[in-house]
Amino acid sequence: MMKFRNLLVLAATAVAINASSATEQSIVLASTTSVEASGLLANILPQFTAKTGITVNVVAQGTGKALDTARRGDADLLLVHDPEAEQAFMDEGHGSTRRQIAWNDFIIVGPSVDPAHVKGGSDSVAALKAIATSQAPFVSRGDKSGTNAAELRLWKVAGQTPDGLNKEKWYRDIGGGMGQALNAASAMDAYTLSDRGTWLSFNNKGSLVIAIEGDPRLINRYDVIELDPQKHAGVKLAAAKVFADWLVSSDGQQAIGAYQVNGQKLFNPSAASPK
Amino acid sequence: MHNFLEIVALSIGVSLAATAAATAISLPLGTALAIFPFRGRRLVVVLINAFFGLPPVVVGLVLYLALSRSGPLGALALLFTPAAMVIAQTVLAIPIITALVHRASERAWARYGDELITDGATRLQAVPQILMIIRADLVTAVLAGFGRTVSEVGAVILVGGNIRGLTRTMTTTIALQTSQGDLALALALGAVLVGISISISATVFALAGRARTAGSDEV
Repeated sequence: MMKFRNLLVLAATAVAINASSATEQSIVLASTTSVEASGLLANILPQFTAKTGITVNVVAQGTGKALDTARRGDADLLLVHDPEAEQAFMDEGHGSTRRQIAWNDFIIVGPSVDPAHVKGGSDSVAALKAIATSQAPFVSRGDKSGTNAAELRLWKVAGQTPDGLNKEKWYRDIGGGMGQALNAASAMDAYTLSDRGTWLSFNNKGSLVIAIEGDPRLINRYDVIELDPQKHAGVKLAAAKVFADWLVSSDGQQAIGAYQVNGQKLFNPSAASPK
Repeated sequence: MHNFLEIVALSIGVSLAATAAATAISLPLGTALAIFPFRGRRLVVVLINAFFGLPPVVVGLVLYLALSRSGPLGALALLFTPAAMVIAQTVLAIPIITALVHRASERAWARYGDELITDGATRLQAVPQILMIIRADLVTAVLAGFGRTVSEVGAVILVGGNIRGLTRTMTTTIALQTSQGDLALALALGAVLVGISISISATVFALAGRARTAGSDEV
């Protein structure tokens, strides 16, 4: 028993040391899931940490939850992609500066048999209308993420309300992240809206293929938001600013643009000329 | 996965720390509940047994709100740290260990209680003696607590945040890999998790068994 107890004490100490060393020169970045799931952050963060000694701890949550985490004061910086929700966050006075760092696009993916006959087009709204008419299964994130918000905006243009959609059997709100939605769509032979980054790095596509791409309405903008020093006195503003500045600097922009999966560029740096 | 060992070490470290903390609280608590009669004891016992099924995600959510910088314990700055995960897992393990210790203590107290009191021991002095009598059951209780903590994902992902290199455990990695469609990798890590928890349990169990057959007082 003595030896076992020593082991426990050792483990507890190790955990305590780990926790204390992590609070020095580290920030919490609340981010959308796509920049994490696509591998972008894992790829560029080591470059930033090597240069500045600041560790960036990423909590990937989806834009809605990330903004909420920052509202509560539990994040030092935001990396998100829902223009309307971000504007509301800024209007509430939680943010100080908001800068675009990159863009890519959303795509509609679906089963290769294409029950709604939309494959190959570029008109996302027409495609959603066709999916609704044919009652082909459609997976919605349903998690207040940036992608979920973009999806609902498109449905609105296509003449559908969230309340109406939720009454439909073919509309399946899974309440999960992008990867979970793609897993679900793959398993149910359903259509879904995905960001291109997560799609390219996703490894369980099954029979899913890209159905719709290239619609200007499908542009997906990623912004970095620094927090307001008055509202959020507890956050590590200085270190957060160093990272935000690095993301829009030529070094950071180059790192973002250089990230590829299977030879394809996932994010287009756009700090100099926001889309 | 270059940081694989780091993830395994964090998982086991956090779970061992939580199990140790829960054990320190639950052993005296479980035995005291069996020995000291007081008004409402039955209710406390029923509640502790009911908390066996405490949903981890609810524990995680309550702790999240408490540890948040805008919550009552925000000044401690524990949210999204390994310490927060240890607290969550401790809360989850306490009812299990306490209930199992209480059950064994109740049996031992019914059998040896009068004898211990006749020998001149106070009820307080009887606590360590009862614990000694039920030491074999303690191993099972502590292992059940460890099993609960190491396999849990709902609470640690909320209060830990699944931060790469800081709070990413085996279970949260499995959740993440599944969400990235890396099902084979997720399954492989799942197998490792099962293997590790089985071997830790088996080792402790075997050590305890050997100590018992050797007639040692130390378990």
